[in-house]
Amino acid sequence: MDKDISRRLTLWLLLTPFILWMLLLVVIPHIDMFLLSIREKVGPRQYEMGLGNYAEFFGEPFYWNTLARTAIMSVLATVLTLIIGFPVSYYIAKIARSKQKKILFMLCLLPFWVSELVRTFGWMILLRETGIMSGVLQWIGFVDQPVEMLYNDITVVMGLIYTSMLFMIVPLVSTLDSLDDSYIEAGYDLGGNMVSVMREIVIPHAMPGIISGCIVVFMLTLGNYLTPILLGGKSSMWFTGQIYTQFITRFNWELGAAFGFLLLALSSLMVWGGLRLSGQTLASTVAKS
Amino acid sequence: MSFISIQNLTKSWGEAPAVNDMSFDVAAGEFLALLGPSGCGKSTTLMMLAGLENPTDGQIHFNQKNVTDLAPGKRKISMVFQSYALFPHLSVKENILFGLKARHVDPAERNKRLSEVLELVDLGAHMDKKPGQLSGGQCQRVALARAIVSHAPICLMDEPLSNLDAKLRNEMRSEIRSLQKKLGLTVIYVTHDQIEAMSMADRVALLNKGCIEQIGRPEELYDQPATDFVAGFIGHPPMNLIPDEETILGIRPEHIRLDESEGISSKVVNCDYHGANTLISTKFCGHILNFMIQGHRQYPAGHTLKLNWDRGQAHYFSRTTGQRMADITQNHFMNEGLN
Repeated sequence: MDKDISRRLTLWLLLTPFILWMLLLVVIPHIDMFLLSIREKVGPRQYEMGLGNYAEFFGEPFYWNTLARTAIMSVLATVLTLIIGFPVSYYIAKIARSKQKKILFMLCLLPFWVSELVRTFGWMILLRETGIMSGVLQWIGFVDQPVEMLYNDITVVMGLIYTSMLFMIVPLVSTLDSLDDSYIEAGYDLGGNMVSVMREIVIPHAMPGIISGCIVVFMLTLGNYLTPILLGGKSSMWFTGQIYTQFITRFNWELGAAFGFLLLALSSLMVWGGLRLSGQTLASTVAKS
Repeated sequence: MSFISIQNLTKSWGEAPAVNDMSFDVAAGEFLALLGPSGCGKSTTLMMLAGLENPTDGQIHFNQKNVTDLAPGKRKISMVFQSYALFPHLSVKENILFGLKARHVDPAERNKRLSEVLELVDLGAHMDKKPGQLSGGQCQRVALARAIVSHAPICLMDEPLSNLDAKLRNEMRSEIRSLQKKLGLTVIYVTHDQIEAMSMADRVALLNKGCIEQIGRPEELYDQPATDFVAGFIGHPPMNLIPDEETILGIRPEHIRLDESEGISSKVVNCDYHGANTLISTKFCGHILNFMIQGHRQYPAGHTLKLNWDRGQAHYFSRTTGQRMADITQNHFMNEGLN
């Protein structure tokens, strides 16, 4: 009996910080945000309940275009991160020997010792008109005048891939690590070639890792503010930038809150869709990786 | 040339070679066991035969064809792994058919062969289950089925029974052996368990430090061990090996008997009762001598027993090379004992 009580007490004590965190920093602000988003300003200090803020979003093409563009580019960045990250993870998990493995893993982690802001400025130093890349290209005579490599979509996507690569590699390496080498050997032994072994053995096994990596990368990318603004500039048209503008520049908290909820809805919808398409459940991807 | 011919096979990873200049032949339909302690190079040898590891040197011929540099899938072999390596996301049926699909065997032939092997390994009822839902023995059967469904003439097995409990292991041993005979498979079977090797194989190759110590029929290894390593490895409990200046005397525990009239005196150190028999350790010429006696015997430590054995059952090995020596008619051990 005593044991039972102490066990329950331990559980609750351990859960308390988490519950407080969720309640104070996630649930309450979101309720408040939601209330804010369904409030319309009709006059100075006069508000009415209504869906006007959401209507404004759908009524103004610039807003929903920005959201659609953000979503598409996030999907693109996620897919490219997977395409680049998979072979890297496969090499780390299956081909590299144990000592190499640690070093390679370390190398993936290394850039994260520097803050995201500084890393992004690093890219700016490299890519701006008077930057190193431009200088090198001129020096070797490839171009005859400075080139601006910042402020375009390719640079933004590249920056997003760079920022989120680790979050793809970690779950992929851990699922691929759990794939016994003998499965791959058996696949080859039974007559499979590289393509069929990858498609029928390695990828099905790695699916939970692929999905959880994709979810994390997609969410981080969709909600990223720094990289698109710094590398894409004013023309980046990133939805988080739009939210920032509403809250800070235009002081229209109501519309900003509505945008926040739309972004949340979109990311939940896309994650749900991704899980459905791949036949995975959220629990299986989280538990396996 | 034999059905399988291995010449001067060598594998090294920079340090001492894992497999060192190994050559042997296997006839069609033969069951050869590669036996040895861990690290002796038996698994590396098998991996090279399977094409999953590239030899540093040497050649492998299957059926007169040089396959040394051929991809695993093109060697016309099948393989059974220690961990079974059944694909967990595929059903029993899909696992068995994986190889046939990869090789683009046509569906009618595929289904015919599937029902054939399911019959052979008695798994028809579990066709649609996933490996996770099967017992260890059933997984082993699926792995066997997946190997034989390919109709490859050569089957490589890498300690296939080591994950099973003792009872199941005995059953599977005879099952694999009868399947191999029925299908006329040529099997190369890696194991560290001498009972498996001795009971299943037509011939046993005993490996040590990347080299073959002896290759031959099980009874040859037991009766005529070529080196002191073979003598010490084959047989349970192991052969007593008693060195003097030049030679090592080997005598198996089961060949020593009590002989009150002519035996050599030795003092009991310990008695271990095993049920059917008792393992007695005595001190002889400063060395421990183990031997078996039927039934339950208990002697106090220090008790003197008189031991003897037939001359034909004593083995002699060179102290320097470990090689078996021609039968020595006069030996000071025997003289001492016969005084």
